[in-house]
Amino acid sequence: MMALSKQMQEHDPSEIELLLPWYAAGTLKPGDVKRVEEALASDPALARQYAAIQREYAETIALNETLGAPSRRAMQKLFAAIDAEPTQAATPSRGLGRRLLGFFESLSPRALAWSASFGILLVLAQAGIIAAVLMRSQPATFQTASLNISDRGLPEPLTRAIGPQTRAIGPTQLSAASVHALVRFAPDARISDITTLLNNYKATIIDGARGGLFTLQLGDRPMSQDEVSGLIARLQREKIVNLAVAAP
Amino acid sequence: MSVTQAASDETLIARIAQGDRLAMQVLYGRHHVRVFRFGLRLVRDEQVAEDLISEVFLDVWRQAGKFEGRSAVSTWLLAITRFKALSALRRRKDVELEDEAAHAIEDMSDDPEVVVQKKDAGDALRKCLKALSPEHREIVDLVYYHEKSVEEVAEIVKIPENTVKTRLFYARKKLAELLKTAGVERGWP
Repeated sequence: MMALSKQMQEHDPSEIELLLPWYAAGTLKPGDVKRVEEALASDPALARQYAAIQREYAETIALNETLGAPSRRAMQKLFAAIDAEPTQAATPSRGLGRRLLGFFESLSPRALAWSASFGILLVLAQAGIIAAVLMRSQPATFQTASLNISDRGLPEPLTRAIGPQTRAIGPTQLSAASVHALVRFAPDARISDITTLLNNYKATIIDGARGGLFTLQLGDRPMSQDEVSGLIARLQREKIVNLAVAAP
Repeated sequence: MSVTQAASDETLIARIAQGDRLAMQVLYGRHHVRVFRFGLRLVRDEQVAEDLISEVFLDVWRQAGKFEGRSAVSTWLLAITRFKALSALRRRKDVELEDEAAHAIEDMSDDPEVVVQKKDAGDALRKCLKALSPEHREIVDLVYYHEKSVEEVAEIVKIPENTVKTRLFYARKKLAELLKTAGVERGWP
């Protein structure tokens, strides 16, 4: 091994010799570290070369450390240049939008047509299912003249409204089935954070963003005023939400 | 995560891509000294090196959205710095550079001070490190000072990994020759 190492120095360097500087700097792959350590243990000439490398390593660091640091002028110049740059679009959905656009652009017209048809069918089927569920859960819209619930001591029926009107049940008022809120997200909110928030609140963006405000539909059931207030307050406390107010 | 916490470089780049000036300040604070020193070793002019780092970080501001995270942010910064430094060097006359390198090597052998410095192998070694060609200097700095792996150096310098290894080997041989000229024997090669 020693003879081999000497021969390599006079001609082409061996693979192990080539790796020594990275071994000294601690940036070698674990497999190579093992190979180098084995070679160093058995080859004194290689070990001498490694000692020289360690001095080069130390002096290179010392030399660079004497170079000092740039003046504040460099930083001032940089940030003046940044301030002069056109404002970067801070819309977190920009990347996602571009990716979606790219995806649709990559589809052939035929595939796009099939996808669109399938999408329409899916929406129609979903609308049918929702309508069927609502019809089933809708209570009778009439009441027999002889039936007086309060006389019989029965609880008042819980009615579920489809329209925007609210109905009174006892002392609290139920809001419309669709609770709306105007929300402004923090400028650094990421699309993944917004998606998580929407899922947590069972919310859907139904309009926006005018003046940076989105109209959200919250929840999937009617809520009392207290519940709505609590939900809006919770929304307002979210890190990625700058503003949340109930919307009519 | 706020930038006041130990945000990773990758997180900072993502924030910069959103136009976050504060994230830019943090990234600059974290890397500007090393970027400056790498640039300075290549261009050998403090004024030019300072202009260089402004340009490098301005590029980061503009290109952050394109950073794909396939390499470390520090590697990306050094690659940009190298590109900018070479462009700056090309603007200077080649003759001027050659003269500069020749003087540096002559200084090693002729300067009477060197005779004194021979006793201090560390000083001599640093002087010889300065006298290496830009090509050799950058690879020595990237491996020893910036602690870049073979793969990272290959990415920064844009050469194959095997060339990275052999280039550093020959840089070290040149360093040994310069030391020998200065009267310092190291036992290798």
